[in-house]
Amino acid sequence: MKFSENWLRELVDVQADRAELAHALTMAGLEVEELTPLGDDLAGVVVAEIVAAEKHPEADRLQVCKVEAGQGEPLQIVCGAPNARVGIKVPLAMVGAKLPGDISIKAAKLRGVESSGMLCSAKELGIDADASGLLELPLDAPIGQPLADYLGLPDASFELKLTPNRPDCLGLVGLAHDVAALFGSAVKVPAQVSVPVTSEARRGIRLEAGKDAPRYLGRIIEGIDPAARTPLWLAERLRRAGLRPISAVVDVTNYVMLELGQPMHAFDNEALEGDIVVRHARAGETLKILDGSEAKLDPGFVLIADEAKGLAVAGVMGGHDSRVTDTTVDIFLESAHFAPAAIMGRARKLGLHTDASHRFERGVDPELPRRALERASELLLAIAGGKAGPVLVAENLADLPTPAAVTLRRARLQRVLGVAVADAEVARIFIALGMQVVTVAEGWQVTAPSSRFDIEREEDLVEEVARIFGYDNIPTATPAGALTLAVEPEARINELALREQLAARGYHEAVNLSFVAAELLASWSFSQNLVPLANPLSADLAVMRPSLLPGLIEALRHNRARQQERVRLFEVARVFAAGDPPLETPSLAIVACGNARAEQWGEPSRALDFHDLKGDLDALIAWGGEPQRWSVHADGLPDWLHPGRAARVARDGETVGYLGALHPQLARTLDLGADVHVLELALEPVLQRRVPQARAVPRFPLVRRDIAIDVPETAPWSQIGQVVRSTLGERLKELRLFDRYSGKGVEAGRKSLAMGLILQDASRTLTDDDADRCVREAIAALEQTCKAKLRG
Amino acid sequence: MDDLDSRAEKALMDIDKADTLDALEGLRVGLLGKSGIVTAALKTLGALAPDERKARGAEVNRVKEQLADALAVRKRVLEQAELERRLASEKLDISLPGRDGERGGIHPITRALERISAIFARLGYQRADGPEIEDDWHNFEALNFPPHHPARAMHDTFYFGDGRLLRTHTSPVQIRSMAGRQPPIRIIAPGKVYRSDSDQTHSPMFHQIEGLLIDETSSFADLKGTLAEFIRAFFERDFEMRFRPSYFPFTEPSAEVDIRWDAEDGSTRWLEVLGCGMVHPNVLKNCGIDPERYTGFAFGLGVERFAMLRYGVSDLRAFFDNDLRFLRQFA
Repeated sequence: MKFSENWLRELVDVQADRAELAHALTMAGLEVEELTPLGDDLAGVVVAEIVAAEKHPEADRLQVCKVEAGQGEPLQIVCGAPNARVGIKVPLAMVGAKLPGDISIKAAKLRGVESSGMLCSAKELGIDADASGLLELPLDAPIGQPLADYLGLPDASFELKLTPNRPDCLGLVGLAHDVAALFGSAVKVPAQVSVPVTSEARRGIRLEAGKDAPRYLGRIIEGIDPAARTPLWLAERLRRAGLRPISAVVDVTNYVMLELGQPMHAFDNEALEGDIVVRHARAGETLKILDGSEAKLDPGFVLIADEAKGLAVAGVMGGHDSRVTDTTVDIFLESAHFAPAAIMGRARKLGLHTDASHRFERGVDPELPRRALERASELLLAIAGGKAGPVLVAENLADLPTPAAVTLRRARLQRVLGVAVADAEVARIFIALGMQVVTVAEGWQVTAPSSRFDIEREEDLVEEVARIFGYDNIPTATPAGALTLAVEPEARINELALREQLAARGYHEAVNLSFVAAELLASWSFSQNLVPLANPLSADLAVMRPSLLPGLIEALRHNRARQQERVRLFEVARVFAAGDPPLETPSLAIVACGNARAEQWGEPSRALDFHDLKGDLDALIAWGGEPQRWSVHADGLPDWLHPGRAARVARDGETVGYLGALHPQLARTLDLGADVHVLELALEPVLQRRVPQARAVPRFPLVRRDIAIDVPETAPWSQIGQVVRSTLGERLKELRLFDRYSGKGVEAGRKSLAMGLILQDASRTLTDDDADRCVREAIAALEQTCKAKLRG
Repeated sequence: MDDLDSRAEKALMDIDKADTLDALEGLRVGLLGKSGIVTAALKTLGALAPDERKARGAEVNRVKEQLADALAVRKRVLEQAELERRLASEKLDISLPGRDGERGGIHPITRALERISAIFARLGYQRADGPEIEDDWHNFEALNFPPHHPARAMHDTFYFGDGRLLRTHTSPVQIRSMAGRQPPIRIIAPGKVYRSDSDQTHSPMFHQIEGLLIDETSSFADLKGTLAEFIRAFFERDFEMRFRPSYFPFTEPSAEVDIRWDAEDGSTRWLEVLGCGMVHPNVLKNCGIDPERYTGFAFGLGVERFAMLRYGVSDLRAFFDNDLRFLRQFA
């Protein structure tokens, strides 16, 4: 809601200066979003007339004008505005004037021609954004009058960010009431008028939309002057409210909407046939509307029609064919009440948002239509003449909203606000807001004016009291209510601690958007169970991510493209899969590329490989304290992983994620090398942790025996470990692989493995013989099952 | 006798001159060892008369002690010298960088989010969670947004084909936390939210934290006190604050909270940081809680805004670029 400060001040007596007024509005919930001072600095700018204009001898685009400004002699002014011409009245900044932006006007020579002042555009004067040419003033503007006096400046445009519950402030009169309550002053709104009826022209109105449109008023005004010009004062008020003056009829209806809050519409009476019919649109019915588009309607819309055709989408926009044009002489003015529920969402459905729909869907005072119709008639007759017909009324009183009395309990008010507001102050607030108040034993019974759609229950009254009493005047306190202790299960790793752990391992946390491009997912071969948005912002943000990796890899690429060779990123967020309801699985992913370790002295550099990431996995698993529940498998890999350098991760036999190198084909598509490795795990299994249960520390010493075997290259370590463990049972405390070698000295197709067997017995000290026997058993088993050979 | 004395005297000089531990050990063997001069002198005692033997014995022992002392002193000196030599040779360039000292970091959004959650956890608020893909009931209807209500238009909503939507705020967690549960309730619900809006100051995905307190005594004054304390705790400084009337369908009275922020150029301005209010009775009823017996307040804040203010981030989009040069600043 944008409006002229001077206009508001005309409607309510407020001594407060501009800043105080703005602050008071904001602190009453009518937030001043923007405040633009207008014409603050116009001393030395006067109304002037161009009496002669010749082309500048040296410059094509300039004219040398003679300008009458009440100075006795015409002044010579050089001007470059395209609309400068003889006969128009324009603002002249005389020598010595200072314009907004600290521009001083001095006598000057322009391409050799003297110029004693400057003819101005609205923008140069700081009163509008229009810089297309000189601001053309009405022809009756008095020459020599200071422009500020003539235009009613200085002024300011206030722009309020109104919340949807306050449609009453979408008209200046409603706003004036709130301001009056805030400052304890009085409103001075225009008296309600009835223009004399001088024509018998009438038209029937039939209400056929029930409670959606319970009141419809109209009036025919015949014989207006289609060329009538909107007076300056009215045009200026529209302009300062952000509306462009268009024509006398449209400007008047807009003016009344701004003043009273009632949206109105004017039809060309010649275009109407028979009665006005207010009805629901029929399925499939269409109407060409004012913006030239074809509105596709359905029975959810209220349509203003005549007996032959549709005329306007009620509460949204008028029709194109029945619009007022520059030849219209007879008009039909509409001023109606539509129920908010009948308008809500309708404009949106048509891809529109209009001043009318904005107001009607929030609620317009049902008592306004007559007042607005008379006010518009009054203005229009004064501006464009014509003869007013009688006010035509159709209404279903039973369907009109009636303000109900709401009770506010004194005790409830104090309980909700936490402060006692004096009875007299509460009553004053309600009365100042135009409400009827009856004091009852427990508090107040309050009836809101018909303009207040937001007063339906006790809490609404609490809010009104708090708002005008002032939130600043409510004290601060500390909640004293009961507390229950929140239990943090020890068997669950704290998510932040997990992130810290990854950060300590060199990873930076990333945050990607939850949606990705379908195309990107396709290159990763994600195609099953996707959850696409119905209304994505763009194709790049169209599908809920089924994995964190595509986005993380994009982030890795972003960094690679910025000279970051070694990238370590992780993300913790949800991934999505189709379902009813859709599945949301918190997930943890890491991506890495570049050298295994940061470049440093004294350590050889080495490219990152699978086992570096597996080390990260092992560390995560170890934290949970139950590594035996986890396993990795070479089978069942997704398409985006390298089939020989990746693993499926399982917990208790159930797949919970994957790790490994990207598939070379995908890497090539993404323009990445073989060093890029990824890991993604469902988060919950990672967060599971064993609460430790202590056992006695072993009393007998450990014995270690190292063995080296050679086995076929294809024998996986997991199998070898399993053989040794099952052979030695409880006595084997730990099996440590400390070397793996193939090449010179080892037969082709075989590899050498060196491992430490760490042995211990719970009941006695192991002898050398015991240990040697263990080694023999282990080797025998390995020879039998893994084609192992003991190495010398 | 003179012979022993003179040899001892010479031995003492030799000991002082010994410059390695090995040389010193050689001297010790030559003096005090099995065939050393002292042992030899002791062996001669047996041949002496008892009187003479006693005097002579004392004399030999005196020399023996003298020599042993001198050896021990010299040994300490040499050991000390050797230690110093070794220490000197082992001196490192301690200015060389340490090994594998690089670490990663936590994203600033997480950092702010966790800091905020922790502050409320200390006040007894329990962490709560809900789905990001919501239904209309939890995101709007139960929160007192009627269908088509203009307040919905303020939430540019992402929809799915089946009518579900991406939650536009964390407020649906209020509904989920209250359902099937009776007060006292104190929850804090951080998470991702979505609005179909994208420009320099809007990201289609961002983070909110919702707080909710319901009990038999809470009031708007408690809400003011709680948020004032929170702001002070988060920024570790005092701010001028104001509570400004506003409108949310699910709270009444509602407020927006502004803090007086000092800009870098020295100017100050009001900065909106929070929305809050007393939980609307309709919302309590929708969750099976008696609004006559219980009152409560709720608040919601944008994590990015707090992270920007706290860590001096001026561009919202930096949070989602994942540029290491940005992220490293939070390691």
